[in-house]
Amino acid sequence: MAVGKLTFTKAEREKLAEVLWMLNWISVVTGAILLSLGVFLKVEIQKWQEVMSEHGIHYVPNTLITTGLAACCINFLGGKICLDCTDTNKFLRWKLVMMPYVICTFFFTSCVLMGALMCYIIRSQLEESLLLGLRNAMRYYKDTDTPGRCYLKKTLDLLQIQFQCCGNSGYRDWFQVQWISNRYLDMTSSLVVDRLRSNVEGRYLMDGVPFSCCSTLSPRPCIQYHISNTSAHFNYDQQSQQLNLWRRGCRQALMDHYTGIMQSIGLTVLLIWLFELLVLTGVRYLQTAMENVIRLGDPDSESDGWILENSLAETARSNFNIIKNLGKCYQVDDDDPNINVPTATTEQEVPSRQVQIPVTS
Amino acid sequence: MALMLVKFDLKKRVKLAQTVWFMYWFAVMAGVLVFSMGLFFKIELRKRSELMDNNESHFLPNLLILMGLIACGINAFGGKVCYDSLDPVKFAKWKPMLKNFLVFCVGFNALLFVTALLCFLMRIPLQFTLAEGLRNGMRFYKDTDTPGRCYMKRTLDQMQMDFRCCGNDNYRDWFEIQWVSNRYLDFSAKEVKDRIGSNVDGQYLMDGVPFSCCNPSSPRPCIQIQMTNNTAHYSYDHYTEELNVWSRGCSEALLSYYGGMLNTIGALVLLVTLLEIGVTIGLQYVDSSLSTLANPDDPESESEGWILEKTVKETFTDIMAKMKAMGKGSKVEEGGEAVATVS
Repeated sequence: MAVGKLTFTKAEREKLAEVLWMLNWISVVTGAILLSLGVFLKVEIQKWQEVMSEHGIHYVPNTLITTGLAACCINFLGGKICLDCTDTNKFLRWKLVMMPYVICTFFFTSCVLMGALMCYIIRSQLEESLLLGLRNAMRYYKDTDTPGRCYLKKTLDLLQIQFQCCGNSGYRDWFQVQWISNRYLDMTSSLVVDRLRSNVEGRYLMDGVPFSCCSTLSPRPCIQYHISNTSAHFNYDQQSQQLNLWRRGCRQALMDHYTGIMQSIGLTVLLIWLFELLVLTGVRYLQTAMENVIRLGDPDSESDGWILENSLAETARSNFNIIKNLGKCYQVDDDDPNINVPTATTEQEVPSRQVQIPVTS
Repeated sequence: MALMLVKFDLKKRVKLAQTVWFMYWFAVMAGVLVFSMGLFFKIELRKRSELMDNNESHFLPNLLILMGLIACGINAFGGKVCYDSLDPVKFAKWKPMLKNFLVFCVGFNALLFVTALLCFLMRIPLQFTLAEGLRNGMRFYKDTDTPGRCYMKRTLDQMQMDFRCCGNDNYRDWFEIQWVSNRYLDFSAKEVKDRIGSNVDGQYLMDGVPFSCCNPSSPRPCIQIQMTNNTAHYSYDHYTEELNVWSRGCSEALLSYYGGMLNTIGALVLLVTLLEIGVTIGLQYVDSSLSTLANPDDPESESEGWILEKTVKETFTDIMAKMKAMGKGSKVEEGGEAVATVS
């Protein structure tokens, strides 16, 4: 029993071909949209590449870009094929290509779905990457004289200013790293020597933050040093402390930024996937209807179209047998009576699969 | 002898009408462009009106908006006339008002040219407005508790970070005003009392700048306080230290931003003026070619088109004579002959 069987008259077939031609052209446009979304995401990730620890996250925009290009090509070809399907004579040109085209489109459509799902599942990997990346960036903040790290200070300052955030999870992260280079510390001063001795690794730690953590919303001039010491500043009340620096951590700020972008992109890609699935179904119906017309011999007659010729279970079993027999081609033929059973059923299947065997071998 | 005389047959007339109609549609879009540029400039001025003491003149953006709207209107009308010129019946109803319309177009083009010149000249008053506004803005930096001025600190900080500038002409402007509010000064401390006593107005002046002046490209953490005191910081010489704070003044930064915008707008308005002159000349040719048909009943006959019916000099003397006659006609007249000779 065929899956999704429908009967098409000649007029209906031609209408279907026309509609599919137009839908394929719209799909080319959506493929271009997919490509541009991938490029946009790539550029956004590139901007803050330095505060991310690994480059693994680039596979999401790369998938979108390749799928977008593939969409443009496949749908362009599909448009050409569907236009030719309006005329039975022209269809004969594409007869052998149709089945591989449908299979290719099926795989490509699942790639689009994968691309959409990737946008949602990348979140945890991104968080991990940002955590490590920001920690390293803060550690290398002071190394403005080391090649390869000299622009980290500028990047981190600009990040904190633009996203209105401070530190990894909060401003206290700056208390745990030495962010002032030794070049600018007076090693002869007793104050500096005391601080360096006060911890195991000999780092100059203090309860101060860089200027980029300062909040523009604060009513008083920024307090960057001796933040924990309330008596060091006049009239340093609770409200002053709250508004003085940015409270949000940069990891959270960047996560929110990228999650927002990727959720919108994921939603758009899902909609594109649904559209592609619709086009694929239409093309499959058109393919089977045209093949049946040729089999019947009369170009003006009605023909059936379907999604699968037999039920899902039978199709799966027959495809599995084909794959098994492909493997058996290379084995020595034994006289094992058990082997004959599957060959008998494949011989039965051959007449109905006649159109396809020249393609799969 | 007419100016730039061209002979037309039917085919040429049709081609001319089609080309001019096409150009009119471009001109409508150009009118929309002028309108949107005026709107954009108005919004940009509004965004930073706090820094200009809410005193800035909106004359130029308003003029651009008005010119854009008028341009859209007359170009759409001109396009309709050109479209109808292919059909003699339809054209007959537009014919009487075409001459006045063309004179109006010439006047409009002159006004558009004046607008373009104004765009380039507006830089000068803007410079003064910005200098004044920034000076006042810096004075009110500390007044975050005064209603009406409580957002000045936020605006100035944001501007200094966005435009990468510090102070009015340079960072030393911050040394001359008190930018720390009295609420955060401990008046019992000796240091505060000394500083307040050291100047006539009793202001707490110091050689420090707000954090928004800091330059992120500096290799060392920002030095905001005691900037002129080399001994206060290790390995610091304030004469050679270039990257510590932004060296550009905000009035220069804002002026170059607005100046660039004005130059672009002025150049685009000049291009639109050229297009408008082109379509006006085109319409004049259409009008003159359709009014000089050799055989008025035969649409396929030949005709001539020109920009001016007589030479420039003759046209000029004609206009002067007409204006003199009109001037005489408005005075009390003893005899009607003067008016009669003109008409």
